[in-house]
Amino acid sequence: MMPVSAFRIFFQTGAWLILAFLVLPLLVVIPVSLTDTSYIGLPKEHLSMQHYVNYFSDTEWLHATWSSIWIGLVVATCAAVLGTAFAIGCWFLSDRASAIARWVLITPILVPPVVQSLGFYRFWVHLGLIDTSFGVILAHTLLALPYVSISVFAALVNLDRNIPRAARSLGASVWQTVMAVVVPAAKPGILTGFIFAFIVSFDEIVGVLFITVRRVTTLPKKIWEGIQDNIDPTIAAVATLLVLLTLLITAITALRRTS
Amino acid sequence: MGRLNEKVSYWMLVAPALTIMIVFYILPVLGIWEIAFTEPTTGVDNFVKMAESSAVKTSFVLTFRVAAITTVGCLLLGYIVAYSISNFANKFTPLMLALVILPFWVSVLIRSFSWIVLLGRSGLVNDTLRDAGIIESPLRLMHNEFGVLIAMIHVMLPFAILPMMTNMRGISDAYVKAARGLGASEWTAFWNVYFPQTIPGVMSGALLVFVLSLGFYVTPALLGGGRVLMISEYITYQIQEFLNWGLGSALSVGLLIATALVLLIASRFINLRSALLERK
Repeated sequence: MMPVSAFRIFFQTGAWLILAFLVLPLLVVIPVSLTDTSYIGLPKEHLSMQHYVNYFSDTEWLHATWSSIWIGLVVATCAAVLGTAFAIGCWFLSDRASAIARWVLITPILVPPVVQSLGFYRFWVHLGLIDTSFGVILAHTLLALPYVSISVFAALVNLDRNIPRAARSLGASVWQTVMAVVVPAAKPGILTGFIFAFIVSFDEIVGVLFITVRRVTTLPKKIWEGIQDNIDPTIAAVATLLVLLTLLITAITALRRTS
Repeated sequence: MGRLNEKVSYWMLVAPALTIMIVFYILPVLGIWEIAFTEPTTGVDNFVKMAESSAVKTSFVLTFRVAAITTVGCLLLGYIVAYSISNFANKFTPLMLALVILPFWVSVLIRSFSWIVLLGRSGLVNDTLRDAGIIESPLRLMHNEFGVLIAMIHVMLPFAILPMMTNMRGISDAYVKAARGLGASEWTAFWNVYFPQTIPGVMSGALLVFVLSLGFYVTPALLGGGRVLMISEYITYQIQEFLNWGLGSALSVGLLIATALVLLIASRFINLRSALLERK
């Protein structure tokens, strides 16, 4: 075996240190969430579950969590349906006009969040959508569409154009071809897009701050307000639950990929 | 059945998403331009005010500085990670990959909150240093540019790593091997042969991080504590505190134009299509 060079040691240790910088800060919320104090800090005398009890018995926190979940699911469904149809249409067309349409659909990735939220606010006031769940769902669906369209389109890159052509020449209608040939090929992309869309909605904060007042509260908004007003360790408990959930899902997908 | 008929049915698939995007997104964003030129009076007053205000200038300079430092930091740190994952395959590679993806899925809000917990006046870092007797009074680690930068680099790092990794995956090791075989040192082979091939990935990563950083709101607002007013926070400040929609909208137009200019300049060096439209 070759002796390990300084070059290699530099990159290898560097990479692990940087990964530690990336991941360890996420874990600090765990000890803090178990604190026995009523402020943010490490546990003083013993570990305590009081902040978890507080989260699970506080109707405001639970209500906000539930709002985020159901809004996220509706958004993911709408964005997945609209975005899949869009990407499939563009894939068939593959001309200049459809390329422009694809650029139009990804503008929400490029426009700064505050700027688009101002736009939403003014328009939603006109439409009477301020502080309604529908208003939030509509805004989030628009923000999620780019991700669905990108991932569905990426899944279709490998689809042989002769297959739908064959289906058509054997007498299938456009609709039948799309449903029986193209959608199955796009399935992995649709699933990725659905998950992306859910997360975009579940994490979105700036838009919600602008277009909701009091009636609609999502989890990020509740966390945001908690950080602004008084830093209550309940936020650390919520953060821990979310980080552990993410950790679990990442671990499961990583294991499934290796096996 | 004509070719035209066929085309119409494909456009019908495209239409619903495209229509709601134009009506409920593009038009509202364009509406901001209208406000900038019409409120409170018609004309370019808001832009004159913007150009004359030293606070606005300070905020724009700060925004570009923070975005630039964040980009450089993410590229340096990200390159090392992307290089290791792409070039030293071993049994830990899947784990390293998972550790890059993991923070991506945790919300920016939670990640910023973690940094508040770490860097606050009585945060974990200050407490630890005080208990160890290294410092007497707490260090000021947040509510300044330092805190904003650390958290921004943390949030943006995966956006730099992923495009660089995609690029490195496509690089054949034959060239580096040839250079080594011809007597180049490991470092020379890396710098003169490998690195130039990774520039497209570095550029895409830089573009993504820079553009996202320019308009970033959550992390600077939380870690800056009102003292590091980047343009996005300055806009909300104008609107929420002073109800100054005219100036707020003019600033938004300024930020949009700045973003567009960055993309325009980038398009001379980068294939925007593969950097943005065909990501992953």
